[in-house]
Amino acid sequence: MNHWIIAPVVLPALIAPIIAFIMRHDVVLARVASVASTIALFAISVALTIMAASGETQVYFLGNWAAPFGIVLVLDRLSAMMLLLTSILALIVVTHSIATGWDAKGRHFHALFQFQLMGICGAFLTGDAFNLFVFFEVLLIASYGLMIHSGGKQRLQAGLQYVVMNLAGSTLFLFALGSLYAATGTLNIADIAQVVQSGEGDEAIIRVAAILLLVVFGIKAALVPMHFWLPATYSNAPAPIAALFAIMTKVGAYAIIRIHTIAFAPGNPETGNLIGDWLFPASLLTIAVGAIGVLGARRLMPLLSYSVIGSMGTLLLAVSVFEQYAMTTALYYLLHSTLSAAALYLVADLVISRRGTDALTVRTATAQNGLFAALFFAAAIAMTGMPPLSGFLGKLFVMDALSGPGVIGWAWSAILIGSLMTIVGFVRAGSQIFWKSTSVAPDEDTAATDLPRVSALQAAPAMVAVALLMALAAFAGPVTNYLDATSAQLFDSSDYINQVLARATEEAK
Amino acid sequence: MELLVAGAIGALTAGGIYLILRLRAFAVILGLALLSYAVNIFLFATGRLAVNKPPILTGYKVTDFSAYTDPLPQALVLTAIVISFGMTAVLVMFALGAYLESGDDKIDMPAPDDLHEDDGADVGEQTLVIEIEPKERGQ
Repeated sequence: MNHWIIAPVVLPALIAPIIAFIMRHDVVLARVASVASTIALFAISVALTIMAASGETQVYFLGNWAAPFGIVLVLDRLSAMMLLLTSILALIVVTHSIATGWDAKGRHFHALFQFQLMGICGAFLTGDAFNLFVFFEVLLIASYGLMIHSGGKQRLQAGLQYVVMNLAGSTLFLFALGSLYAATGTLNIADIAQVVQSGEGDEAIIRVAAILLLVVFGIKAALVPMHFWLPATYSNAPAPIAALFAIMTKVGAYAIIRIHTIAFAPGNPETGNLIGDWLFPASLLTIAVGAIGVLGARRLMPLLSYSVIGSMGTLLLAVSVFEQYAMTTALYYLLHSTLSAAALYLVADLVISRRGTDALTVRTATAQNGLFAALFFAAAIAMTGMPPLSGFLGKLFVMDALSGPGVIGWAWSAILIGSLMTIVGFVRAGSQIFWKSTSVAPDEDTAATDLPRVSALQAAPAMVAVALLMALAAFAGPVTNYLDATSAQLFDSSDYINQVLARATEEAK
Repeated sequence: MELLVAGAIGALTAGGIYLILRLRAFAVILGLALLSYAVNIFLFATGRLAVNKPPILTGYKVTDFSAYTDPLPQALVLTAIVISFGMTAVLVMFALGAYLESGDDKIDMPAPDDLHEDDGADVGEQTLVIEIEPKERGQ
């Protein structure tokens, strides 16, 4: 048994309390520990990704109990890739937070940050549905703290809504798990898959549970009509935290991909294609709501939040057909949309801190207007899906995968019209903030001009995120090869089931 | 007994949903508490309702499992209780913080159009300081 599989959960879980209890009064020490832990997490993720690239599904039995009786962690290509993405994003965000001083504007930033990473890594690794619930709660409770980091009236009110929405979601998750247990007698994902495929469970209850789970994960993934929490939360959270939250919506998408391709494999005797039939129209609506929101936004942060909703729509649209090639494109788009959302929020943080407001009005140009404009331009190109960055390739892949006769009309119109509206929204925002502002005479009274210039370290995380988007476009070939193997592994659910349950079968003999 | 348990879950859920649709934070918190009670009983019932049956095996050579009840839902309920208790505590702190900052416990936010241009995403200069008036603290 490979003990490194549990390291991404244990490492932040050990570091976080140490930061919270021992380093709480020393921000430098906390920063060092947090960065060191995040770098270590990155190294472990790289190692695990290399290990998983061989194509073997590795299972970690907690307490050495055989699978359906004990909890398991499962490392395959998909979970390794998500871990790597999480750790890269975490490294970018933690550097930005330290460089801009966000982490010192409230208490316990780094402890909460590490707990958040623990929850996210756990959710990506677990092979047990109830354990997934527990890790969701871990990442949520940390995100509540991070969301209201540094306080403020608006932020606390938005935080209250965010907590209420997610608590209701957690309750629904428990109802879904209860129904699932009542119908199948197990909560291990591989074991559920076996029962569902055998057709022995109670069909009505299993269908209810599958749809309830889709709703729960849809809340996390901001799937319309469960997206209402996202704009207020992301717009009012500290911008670096909003950048970290870019991975949180992907946790919902990941859970849909994992549970609804393995446990409720499409075409099984119990649920059939029920999930795809609901997910497809919901994703179309998500793209529409995202695009309209971008067009209607009067502030930069809500504009970015709606663009995140739109990108989730495109991602879930590709997931909803549940085919191997479409899943490959969905995973590519997942990588791209996480990084581009993070890049946009980090640039927005620099811009807002110098402008003093995120309202889309014409104001005096800030110092280094050119730098901000260039970064925003690059990140916006990626998000809206213009060449040459990965957004263009991502959307092209998704559209290629969705060119079947039944889906092409809806999918292509949604993606193309949605992209056009998003581009218009971003162009308007960019020209208001960066372009027209150069024609406004400098105002001597603005305090913003007294602010120090953005240092290289402060701009570096956003630049790295943009550089990663470029790399994703430049190395689209090798990345797609890995993703192809990932989705092949995902759709070969019998391998996953065998690996997880093999020990129990052996010991029974 | 099935009818009683099902009725209790239904009544708690209905009350909880009604309350979380209210506009005041206090009612919403009560609603979520009711919902968490409902889900706890629901989880408990997923192992099938059994009277006078222990969840723990006595001895290892048991052959007749019908004399026992499913222990797993009981473990799940314990986990769910702990998590929902903790989450409710966090929610109360949030509601208290939002109440003290904004002066009312309305759950909805002001419409974006009502905001002054300089409101909204601030650059993080404010810090959350909850101060209780001395006379309130003393009594």
